[in-house]
Amino acid sequence: MNGVHDMGGMDGFGKVAPDPHEVPFHADWQARSFALNRVMGSAGEWNIDVGRYWIETLPPAVYLSSSYYKKWFLRLERLCLDRGLVSKAELASGHSSGPGRPLRRKPLSGPRAGAAVSRPNHDQPPRAPAVFAVGQKVRTRNIHPRSHTRLPRFARGHVGTIERIQGCHTYPDAMVEKGIERGEWLYTVVFDGRELWGPDAEDGATVSIEAFEPYLEAA
Amino acid sequence: MSNDHDDGHDHHHEHEHGSELSEMQLRVRALETILTEKGYVDPTALDSIIETYETKVGPHIGAQVVARAWVDADFKAALLADASKAIAQLGLQQKVGDHLIAVENTPTTHNMIVCTLCSCYPWDLLGLPPAWYKSAPYRARTVKEPRKVLADFGVTLPDAAKVRVWDSTAETRFIVLPMRPAATEGWSEEQLASLVTRDSMIGTGFPKAASEVAA
Repeated sequence: MNGVHDMGGMDGFGKVAPDPHEVPFHADWQARSFALNRVMGSAGEWNIDVGRYWIETLPPAVYLSSSYYKKWFLRLERLCLDRGLVSKAELASGHSSGPGRPLRRKPLSGPRAGAAVSRPNHDQPPRAPAVFAVGQKVRTRNIHPRSHTRLPRFARGHVGTIERIQGCHTYPDAMVEKGIERGEWLYTVVFDGRELWGPDAEDGATVSIEAFEPYLEAA
Repeated sequence: MSNDHDDGHDHHHEHEHGSELSEMQLRVRALETILTEKGYVDPTALDSIIETYETKVGPHIGAQVVARAWVDADFKAALLADASKAIAQLGLQQKVGDHLIAVENTPTTHNMIVCTLCSCYPWDLLGLPPAWYKSAPYRARTVKEPRKVLADFGVTLPDAAKVRVWDSTAETRFIVLPMRPAATEGWSEEQLASLVTRDSMIGTGFPKAASEVAA
């Protein structure tokens, strides 16, 4: 979707503000929100792509004005409602009104859960050989799906070069739109800054994206 | 949508809008209570996860990897070929995720990592991302004007260096292998690791100079 989350190339946000006194969480609720997301995310009820989509579909003004872990909380609350894990009445009362339903997987539990958190593997068996080869010129498709995609707007309709073939990974677009866990070849595609930004590019800069095969056509 | 209202700057938020903090405390507590009462969530797991990311996982892990690459050419080659595999063989305690890619800075190439679409970051090597990494300015500007973004960090690249930006748009994760600082010949891995900053592994900074730490 052409959402406000797709920020690459936007102007007007001001300077980057590094904070020398940074802490992982600025309030206790942020830490709880983070950990609740990790635990519920391990229950197999949605995957990482679906989780991202439910942040992207927050209203733009909410997305821009909410802190990072508030967005995580809003995503979790919405997904729990959508999947029938909690009800609006329960959220209003702050208590459960009945037992839970079986989850697809047993979520992380116990005092060693922290050590068990890790990034899942996204490899999928290829359904066909990779179409593109390292060094080949490709053009990113000019697509604007209403559902989830990982092809950022700034990189649509541009010519780049296949630099690496990263293997065959779960295709986020099909996962979110159709609930299908399907593998697609993933490539690192590198673009000259001028191709993306014209005369406003910085001299010598190049930018790469990680692009799934359906995002690409031969140039 | 000023900076203060974007990702992570809630310490400002608290002062300006105390009501949001209490609202969020209440809402998060309500959801945690319900999910716990239903048997979905074990609060000891939440405590463990928070403790892990507050105290155990952080840039010191990535720094050990970089230091090893600086002293061991075979490890460096393995790291650049398949970072997940090479790091797993180092035997650091932390579990290393798959699809991890190390990209090497040279006198002519300076790498920077960003996630324009969300906040993808190599947690297993660097811990949770800093607030600025998740912020709108960094996500919006890095792909278009990386040198200006570096200026916000007080970093100026030599003219000879070309900037390469890696947008983390899939489940691959990137870490920058910075250049080894001058005047560190004969240093131990531990001494070298003390030079490696988090920002140098994202590409928004350099390692410390030898003179900045007691050798």
